[in-house]
Amino acid sequence: MFSRIKKALSGPNEPEKEEKKPVEEKPQETSSPTKPRVGYIHLSGCSGDGMSLTENYDILDVVLMDMVDIVYGQTLVDRWDMPEMDLCLIEGSVCLQDEHSIKELMEAREKSQLVCAFGSCAVNGCFTTYARGGQQAQPQQESFVPISQLIKVDLALPGCPVSPEMIANTVIALTEGNMTYLQPAIDLANCTTACGCDLLNNVIRNARCTGCGTCALACQTRALNMIEGRPHLNNARCIKCGCCSTSCPRMWLPVNQIKENTGL
Amino acid sequence: MVLGTYKEALSARATDSKIQKVAQDGGIASALLIHALEEGIIEGAVVAGDPNDDWAPYPQVATNADEVLQAAGTKYSMSPNVFGIKEAARQFGLEKIGTVVVPCQMQGIRKAQAYPFSIRFIGDKIKLLIGIFCMENFPMASLDTFSEAMMDSSLNDVKKMDIGKGKFRINTTDGTKDIPLKKTHGYEQSGCNICNDYVAEWSDVSTGSVGSPDGWSTVLTRTDNGVDLFTSAVDVGLIETKPIEEVKPGLPLLEKLAKGKKDKSKKEIERRTKMGIPTPVLY
Ligand code: SF4
Ligand code: SF4
Ligand code: SF4
Repeated sequence: MFSRIKKALSGPNEPEKEEKKPVEEKPQETSSPTKPRVGYIHLSGCSGDGMSLTENYDILDVVLMDMVDIVYGQTLVDRWDMPEMDLCLIEGSVCLQDEHSIKELMEAREKSQLVCAFGSCAVNGCFTTYARGGQQAQPQQESFVPISQLIKVDLALPGCPVSPEMIANTVIALTEGNMTYLQPAIDLANCTTACGCDLLNNVIRNARCTGCGTCALACQTRALNMIEGRPHLNNARCIKCGCCSTSCPRMWLPVNQIKENTGL
Repeated sequence: MVLGTYKEALSARATDSKIQKVAQDGGIASALLIHALEEGIIEGAVVAGDPNDDWAPYPQVATNADEVLQAAGTKYSMSPNVFGIKEAARQFGLEKIGTVVVPCQMQGIRKAQAYPFSIRFIGDKIKLLIGIFCMENFPMASLDTFSEAMMDSSLNDVKKMDIGKGKFRINTTDGTKDIPLKKTHGYEQSGCNICNDYVAEWSDVSTGSVGSPDGWSTVLTRTDNGVDLFTSAVDVGLIETKPIEEVKPGLPLLEKLAKGKKDKSKKEIERRTKMGIPTPVLY
């Protein structure tokens, strides 16, 4: 499962045999081999992404119940040892002063074909960027970094939380091997910082802004207002999730996917 | 295709004199919104209003014909209607939303529908996307310059603005004034110079004045929803049409402008790329 995507991600040099090994070695897995095995790991985040994931039971139960097997995840599956996974969704940044989190992250990387930084905290740190330690009950825990600083991430889904629709779209694209859809999320995998001022640095300062307002629609904390045709950032409200610039049509535009969706 | 994918091209105008009086050209956008509201296709529409009556547009949510008409008429500065969708969905609690937007906003909306990273439960509430032809858009200070410095009129006294036949025109309390469109060049926002869509290629229905005679609009129906709505508005007599082949200047002019915009933006993107300035990444 996913070997085609994995192959596309890892480039032509990596031997394909090695990538397939985890799947073949685990015939005792209870889940059907044709359904991708999806795991979910919660590091330092608010659980919002996990809640968003489970919302799909309601709106798109076909996706999560029929198309994939959820094989690992607190509150989702009654299992404590980490199984092999085709896809592991990792929510939250990782605390450098928390050995358990680091170990879990490393283990997840070893046992998963694909790792998805799931939600902005995992992708770029999001509001955990503001952490500075000195708080009970773990005053020593002060450094929370995006997971891609410690492991290789295959795709990233920013969002605070990621919308249920986006999760469903991604899972469907993964099962279908739809690289067209996945490519932007793959290209976001290495992004490790974000802020509302990315709009200034990357869009407005580069003469790309049109004043469309999509960034302000995307901002989940209403840190952005539109003033005189440009987004205006209220820094105090910005949680550094990166959703504004990720959604800006002048950063990147999925022309082919839109044409496919609309038939236009 | 230089006009994007479309099912039918027509020349059309709203039959209602109330719409004709306040709307730009044929009043198609207003007529379609009103019809969609009356038919229950949408519960509300995000439109570019002029809340302070100073030509600085801002999105407003219209839930009835009067509110649509209040916002009728083209504004030549940016109204962040995509942001207005948030208000329609969250504050107004609307489940079926329509909007009238320019092509770059259409791109933002279509991207949000395709990749709703943080944009939860909005994409599927958007039931009608009317696109308007757009060559460029001006910051308020540019409009102010045209009006105050070039035509000696306060923006506050301007009753109507219009671009057509190579001129930027204003109707003020003391008559009509204009400047050649050439004089406005360079005052547009810079983002417009890398825009390659003149006719809102991803809309349900696109409309604008170019191609049709005075008082009429050119219409391109694109999606099935767009065709259905337009046909039904014609059927109930809210909109009258003429074959586009029978009007002057017709599609050739529209095609020429659309192609001109594509060529120009391509050149500008190349120029910027050479300088090392990033332009939108296309997937
Ligand atoms: S402005 Fe809003 S969307 Fe952008 S990074 Fe800050 S909180 Fe996130
Ligand atoms: S989404 Fe991008 S182009 Fe649109 S207003 Fe925001 S920064 Fe400008
Ligand atoms: S020219 Fe393009 S970028 Fe400028 S306002 Fe019109 S649609 Fe937007």
